[in-house]
Amino acid sequence: MSSVSSESVPAAPAGEETAGKEGVRSGWRSRRHRWDVKFSPYAFVAPFFVFFLAFGLFPLLYTGWASLHQVELTAPTDMNWVGFRNFSRLMSDEFFWNALRNTVTIGLLSTVPQLLIALGIAHLLNFKLRGSSFFRVAALTPYATSVAAATLVFVLLFGRDYGMINWALGAVGLDPVDWQNGTWTSQLAVSTIVIWRWTGYNALIYLAAMQAIPHDLYESAELDGASRWQQFRHVTIPSLRPTILFTVVVSTIGATQLFGEPLLFSGSAGATGGSEHQFQTLGLYLYEQGWVNLHLGRASAIAWTMFLILLLIGLVNWLISRRLAKSAEGRG
Amino acid sequence: MQIKLVRRTRSKSAVALSATAALLCGALLSGCASDDPAGGGSTGGTGAGQKGKTVLKVGVFGAFGMKEAGLFDAYMKANPNVVIEQNSIERNENYYPQLLNHLTSGSGLSDIQAVEVNNIAEITATQSAKLMDLGKVQGVTKDAFLPWKWAQGTSKDGKTVGLGTDVGPMGICYRKDLFQKAGLPTERAAVGKLWAGDWKKYLEVGKQYKAKAPDGTKFLDSASGLLAAVMGGNEKRFYDADGKVIYKSNPAVKEAWAVAAESATAGLSAKHQQFQKGWDQGFANGQFATVSCPPWMLGYIQDKAGAAGKGKWDVAPAPKPSNWGGAFLTVPEAGKNKAEAAKLAAWLTAPAQQATLFAKRGSFPSAQTAYADPVVSGAKHEYFGGAPIGEIFSAAAKGVPVQILGPKDLVINTNMADIGMLQVDQKGKSPEDGWNAAVKAIDNALDQ
Repeated sequence: MSSVSSESVPAAPAGEETAGKEGVRSGWRSRRHRWDVKFSPYAFVAPFFVFFLAFGLFPLLYTGWASLHQVELTAPTDMNWVGFRNFSRLMSDEFFWNALRNTVTIGLLSTVPQLLIALGIAHLLNFKLRGSSFFRVAALTPYATSVAAATLVFVLLFGRDYGMINWALGAVGLDPVDWQNGTWTSQLAVSTIVIWRWTGYNALIYLAAMQAIPHDLYESAELDGASRWQQFRHVTIPSLRPTILFTVVVSTIGATQLFGEPLLFSGSAGATGGSEHQFQTLGLYLYEQGWVNLHLGRASAIAWTMFLILLLIGLVNWLISRRLAKSAEGRG
Repeated sequence: MQIKLVRRTRSKSAVALSATAALLCGALLSGCASDDPAGGGSTGGTGAGQKGKTVLKVGVFGAFGMKEAGLFDAYMKANPNVVIEQNSIERNENYYPQLLNHLTSGSGLSDIQAVEVNNIAEITATQSAKLMDLGKVQGVTKDAFLPWKWAQGTSKDGKTVGLGTDVGPMGICYRKDLFQKAGLPTERAAVGKLWAGDWKKYLEVGKQYKAKAPDGTKFLDSASGLLAAVMGGNEKRFYDADGKVIYKSNPAVKEAWAVAAESATAGLSAKHQQFQKGWDQGFANGQFATVSCPPWMLGYIQDKAGAAGKGKWDVAPAPKPSNWGGAFLTVPEAGKNKAEAAKLAAWLTAPAQQATLFAKRGSFPSAQTAYADPVVSGAKHEYFGGAPIGEIFSAAAKGVPVQILGPKDLVINTNMADIGMLQVDQKGKSPEDGWNAAVKAIDNALDQ
């Protein structure tokens, strides 16, 4: 019996095979050893997957199931099958399209400047600086600040009657701006909060990648007479390509799920995102449908639509990175 | 955190403060966890030295005030075998969905759960099977309560699942100094007479004020605040007696809309959104001369207007009796100590305790027998120029019509105030455009 099973494990060391023939006891031991090798890795990764099943996959699937029903939070167990109606009605739901539009524009308004500024800051931090670790920590402090605290301060800064920004505008002779009520102004304000919070984080990621670039590259570029700017463009940026792609993906996911900043930017007004829903993102609209209007089915459909949008973004990202890898190979 | 001392029944107000609390938590990184169990489930365990005692958990939203007024301590003193723990969630928007979730699953509930007036109709209509009938509990006297408050907490099949805590009879808070500068009377009886009987007269006074207004000031704070005040005086608002949504065709709502919108189009409003930072700053800067104020708002005004506003504010009767806000206590059937919890709920809502709550926190009793209590009837508010608030609000409370509530009052109300009227007030949209925007948002919100 032991010889049969030992044959089925080709990787077993030769010493054990001979030992297996000696008796049942050592056969048992070798079997245990094989099980150990075979199954303990699964045991080690199991906690993650158990948690993922309980708090990731199950809610995901259950949300999908709920999205096919009419469910109210007042009685979550009473589910009426409605098929794909919750999805098809999104097509004609102007509040949904408005939220999607806002999510995209706020996403662009926040992500693009954020990554550009981060790249610049990382480049500066990469020079030999006095007190460089101070600046690195300083760059990270906004990230460590709670969204609620940061947003509240920004709400005060962007206040209409007594805000500091309008005060500064007034000092240079400009008219005050009703930040929260304008479509662009409110989206700009929300984006500012996002930029402020995340730029330092991305800068540090870029900085780490920059420090991994071999110094010889810069030396030889310098010998070839490349200026600082040319070095940045032709050495730093190409070497950072995978990192940039990573930050773009992470920021895009963050932008799609944007929730806390617009929620708190409207202060006590809840999830409406302004009187004309001018900064209501998809996350806020989902929240409003589920937890204010109590329509869990409709909220689930929005959640799944957001999930599908993210999958789509992931797919586009994968295609781009494949193309980039190919073109890099071609050049090499 | 003195702002936490304010009793707020309107869910909006809770948000502003929750945000502030979050800020303070973030800034101080201490303290908040102990008195504000985040997530607010039912974690409060039995500590050492409490063995053998009955632990009663009370779930509330905002700063409900019962604990702060010392009622819990008084009860524990009289009943040494009982320990009361409070779970507080700042925002009713977060508190209410969680309460529904817990009621459905039958777990995670506190022994007593507070419910806001805008949610009580939905609770009595959909959750009454999961809540105790408190009407039959010993110590609860139906006649002690305002009849309409009792009716609001009672389901169609006659189960009284919610015992009333406070109500929000309306007054008008005004700035004497600004009134004087604008050439208006400042004495509260005379001020009340200016607009007695009709909200349109209130607008007329506003126009007089505007003609001679001190620089940079407006007559009232916000159009949506006025909307809430005018609508609160009607028997029918959003629903009829059969539970049908009628706000679109309800002349009372249309009229309230017209009055509130006129305050915006006539330039009387300071264009604020209530319970927002800008509104708070408006109080601090004396930017507006009047606010429609239920008693629970007095403490809020006092906090925001601060020492600089002392002696400048006063309270006059509103044009018409009206109600804004209020709350109830319920006891879930799933609780382990139902009988003890019901006893506590009955005690907390009894006239004597409601009078204490009014004296300490300004939450006006829904127990009408408390109005005769000198603690209530003789109450004067020092900050508001010694205004006899007991007298003013008792009179207002008696005139409030029995309002028909509906399950989606909160959603309809929020969209009217924060979408429609806010567009009129802040974005200069026409009253019709604002109305249409509100209707569109409400239609979407009500569609299951």
